[in-house]
Amino acid sequence: MIAQAFNFDISDSLREGLQKRRRRAGLVGIVGVILLVIGLLTSSAQFYRSYLWAYIFFLGITGGSLSWLMLQHLTGGAWGVVIRRPAEAAARTLPLLVVLFIPVIFGISSLYPWSHPDLVAKDEILRHKQVFLTTPFWLLRAAVILAGLAFLGLRLNRWSVMEDQGSPVAGRKMSSLSAVGLIFWSFAVTFLSIDWVMSLNEHWFSTMFGLLFMIGQGLSGIAFLITIMVLLSQTRPMAEILTPRHLHDLGKFMLACTMVWAYFSFSQWLIIWAGNLPEEIPWYVERLRGGWQYVALLLIFGHFALPFALLLSRDLKRNFTLLRRIAIFVLCMRIVDVYWLVTPDASKSGLAPSWVDLGAVLGLGGIWLAYFFRQLEKRPLMPINNPELVEALEHGR
Amino acid sequence: MKPQGVYGIMAEFDNPTALVNATRAVYDKGYRKVDAYSPFPIEELSDVLHLHKNKLPLIVLVGGILGGLTGYLLQYWITVWYFPINVGGRPLHSWPSYIIITFELTILFGCISAVLGMLALCGLPMPYHPAFNVPRFATASRDRFFLCVEATDPLFDTQKTSGLLESLEPKEVSEVAH
Repeated sequence: MIAQAFNFDISDSLREGLQKRRRRAGLVGIVGVILLVIGLLTSSAQFYRSYLWAYIFFLGITGGSLSWLMLQHLTGGAWGVVIRRPAEAAARTLPLLVVLFIPVIFGISSLYPWSHPDLVAKDEILRHKQVFLTTPFWLLRAAVILAGLAFLGLRLNRWSVMEDQGSPVAGRKMSSLSAVGLIFWSFAVTFLSIDWVMSLNEHWFSTMFGLLFMIGQGLSGIAFLITIMVLLSQTRPMAEILTPRHLHDLGKFMLACTMVWAYFSFSQWLIIWAGNLPEEIPWYVERLRGGWQYVALLLIFGHFALPFALLLSRDLKRNFTLLRRIAIFVLCMRIVDVYWLVTPDASKSGLAPSWVDLGAVLGLGGIWLAYFFRQLEKRPLMPINNPELVEALEHGR
Repeated sequence: MKPQGVYGIMAEFDNPTALVNATRAVYDKGYRKVDAYSPFPIEELSDVLHLHKNKLPLIVLVGGILGGLTGYLLQYWITVWYFPINVGGRPLHSWPSYIIITFELTILFGCISAVLGMLALCGLPMPYHPAFNVPRFATASRDRFFLCVEATDPLFDTQKTSGLLESLEPKEVSEVAH
């Protein structure tokens, strides 16, 4: 049996490496948090919009990893067995993200125009939206979204441990929950995109917005998982497990997500451009002036054209170092994309990056990554009782 | 010795693993004009035959670019030059509305080039192929696997090549007549 030829436990050198990275990430996180606290004391409005932006991005990586995990449970296949453990570790960070959401709650009145009664009284459209956009109802939806995602992440992890211990029913349970879970995830992401980002602008609406966030999460998730897989492949046991064929499969998914992101983004833009209606057009007008137009151009070329052209190559998708570089680049573009979606409405001004933005990314990112690395080193790197383990190990050998 | 009237030497195997191993062995000996036949696709065969590098991706890329240009220029020609209409005060050259057709024609031309390019590179349609002169070759579409070293290979030698194939534990080795 090929499975017996491997030892899936985390090797000492890998544990050392992960702990070193964890400490480094924690240190960066502390620096970021200090910047954030100074930011909160000097300008709370700037603090809240920087924080919301970074939060949406890191929730995107986590939610994306969770959706890939559920997709793997539903479809099976050798490509996904290798990413099970990193995706599960990312899903286990969801309780942390629930806690990290608290500052956004304090920022409601600073961020969202619908939370100001005087503004609502003056604005006919906001008055009609009041049924949906009230603080208690908004909080209730946020609670359902975050609790639901965290429940999915933790429950799938618990059954995964049971599968490792030899439970014969855990696999079936995980795929059943994933079917419901993916439906819940798509609703959760749609509602969070509307509640947390779209409602930053009091009038604008787009039915494409939820889909745009779903594919954004999916792309962030797969790019992050590729980065982690290549990192793990530098030491045992993943050095012996991961083949170019596994990476090729993951690279194809990243290419597909890049294309779907471009497709959704363009569809939203085309419909609003063709309609040219006064309640829709300002959203793009705001994002195409005052410096934001250069960010938009950067997204067209950096988020779509360049990764698309590069990822067409078969050799590149099988090259560990190059694919990891592209995945990191895609993650950078994801964070720029979220910035372009969130910040223009929150700041109501031209492009003006702040050092608090840097603090938010370093703070949230450092803490989140440190927590992720802590989770990753807790379990063996492969699901040892998965029925498709042998197929996954022989994949591309 | 390079005999006239011989297309190549063919070996028959009864399982895909044996075929892949035999193909690798033959390739390692330096033979390049080698082809393998199986009832279903075997991914590893493409690897050992080094078939992943071919001209098809380039043909599809060129086809796709031509399709995109055709779509864009077609719309540009109609809306700007041949039949200009003012739609909602937008410029005649409104590129966002061109994108959909451009995209669709890129896909269409890309697909057509893929199909036609595949047929052309495979040399299809091909009404006659010497492999069918081996009576048992009919089983290649059922449950047998064949490896053929063609006579055009510079290393080809009836005795030596047959000997090599015999050493790979095939079911049968036969000479393929032209």
